[in-house]
Amino acid sequence: MPMVQINNVRKAYKDGFEALKGASLEIHEGEILALLGPNGAGKTTLISTICGITQPTSGTITVGGHDVVTDYRGARSLVGLVPQEINLEPFERVMNTVRFSRGLFGKPKDDALLERILRQLSLWDKRNNRIMELSGGMKRRVLIAKALAHEPRVLFLDEPTAGVDVELRRDMWEIVAGLKEAGVTIILTTHYIEEAEAIADRIGVINKGEILLVEEKTALMTRLGQKELRIELHDPVKALPAALADRGLRIEEDGQVLVYCYDTAQDRTGIATLVREVSDAGLVLRDLQTRQNSLEDIFVGLVSKQEDAA
Amino acid sequence: MNWQAIRAIYVFEMSRFFRTLLQSFVSPVISTSLYFVVFGAAIGSRIDQVEGVSYGAFIVPGLIMLSVMTQAISNASFGIYFPKFIGTIYELLSAPINFLEIVLGYVGAAATKALFIGVVILGTSALFVDLSIQHPFAMLAFLVLTCLSFALFGFIIGIWAGNFEQLQLIPLLVVTPLVFLGGSFYSISMLPPVWQTISFFNPVVYLVSGFRWSFFGLADVPIGLSLLAIAGFTMLCLTIIWLIFKTGWRIRQ
Repeated sequence: MPMVQINNVRKAYKDGFEALKGASLEIHEGEILALLGPNGAGKTTLISTICGITQPTSGTITVGGHDVVTDYRGARSLVGLVPQEINLEPFERVMNTVRFSRGLFGKPKDDALLERILRQLSLWDKRNNRIMELSGGMKRRVLIAKALAHEPRVLFLDEPTAGVDVELRRDMWEIVAGLKEAGVTIILTTHYIEEAEAIADRIGVINKGEILLVEEKTALMTRLGQKELRIELHDPVKALPAALADRGLRIEEDGQVLVYCYDTAQDRTGIATLVREVSDAGLVLRDLQTRQNSLEDIFVGLVSKQEDAA
Repeated sequence: MNWQAIRAIYVFEMSRFFRTLLQSFVSPVISTSLYFVVFGAAIGSRIDQVEGVSYGAFIVPGLIMLSVMTQAISNASFGIYFPKFIGTIYELLSAPINFLEIVLGYVGAAATKALFIGVVILGTSALFVDLSIQHPFAMLAFLVLTCLSFALFGFIIGIWAGNFEQLQLIPLLVVTPLVFLGGSFYSISMLPPVWQTISFFNPVVYLVSGFRWSFFGLADVPIGLSLLAIAGFTMLCLTIIWLIFKTGWRIRQ
């Protein structure tokens, strides 16, 4: 049974805006799923609906087998949420606010556990500081500590690295990896593709309230992963020589570069033949480069395809 | 019932109160003292007695009610409005708790603070005037019920309010006039007949009257009616809150 099961969930707001248009998704226990999508794609709405902050207009969601509407206590006690905005009481002390979160989820006092969590997040030294005295990155850690304080089985991180510096982003990735090792199921939303590429097991792409695809990261990269061969010429060309006309080459940088796309999954990529043909056509090579398509290219491709269809 | 959650909310809210304990303690003491200087000494010395009770003592129940009602409302409304304002409400909404638990936590804490202030004012009053309490249990019951019902009312205001101005609006425009015109500082029987009739539409009259009865055995309205009024007000607030959570009004989109 999947840890989180989302069945055909629609969410329409009062003003008629449809933030989710029949989203379905299964999230397996222990995995890291990255939900990738541009701003306004419905990522936060989806998370909010799972966590109980908004109610679905139709469709069902279960967490650990508990329906989030009819058995909300069962479902919500398994879920931790790290919101996108830094929502914290500025005058509270770190330890107090973390302790509050644990109690709110009905868990008995356990300061030893809270100490472990705060130490893991490098917050232990700051436990008696007021929230307003902390830096932005520290505040984000406090949000994570609050979510972990009640020992969730499923953790939602809504854009955990939006607007944080590179160092903190690496820290955040390490924290997420540590949580996965501890057996926590993690769903994170992001619009940074490198982030999904770096830490996710599976990647879901969401745009305009629809989940366009969900796939293993590696499979996704292989399936859609194309390579580009860039041939830099010694002398620029105005047009392709007749011999190369049907090879699907693209001329770039004022004729200085020829670009050839090929699929790495195919047996014969045709690179060797192409290079020979280029020489035979009397063009002098200066340099060769190959470039792997990144998730970003895949993502942009998917989203623009959806827009074309619309 | 998620008792841990109720406790967590209650403790968290009370810690805000304890952070400003000195302020919470000193301001009612000073304002009560001022009332006694103005109403008790300056004006009261010319009134001498109302229905057989010295004027200084007569105003004590009204004075306590005035503070308790405004404190209960402001504490409860701020308590639930603040998380909405700064966004921490997400945690309440995503926690495995129901409306009753949220209400018990917030309203319980606000009522406790109001009760504390009521007791402080009672203690301060005892320094200025001779006080006898004829029905101490009834007095306590009235005090606690008033704290609770007005904290419930404040909770509704806090959920309704969309900004800080609205948070102040109802207490300022509705509650303060009702309390001042509700016989806090005079007996309804001192008014001309027309105003007496109008006064009986003011719910605060029933509370102040009942509370004063527990001190001196005097009342503007029968004590049973006072109890009915406060019970009715509590029920009304609870029903409204239940509806708010059922529909998610101003909380859940």
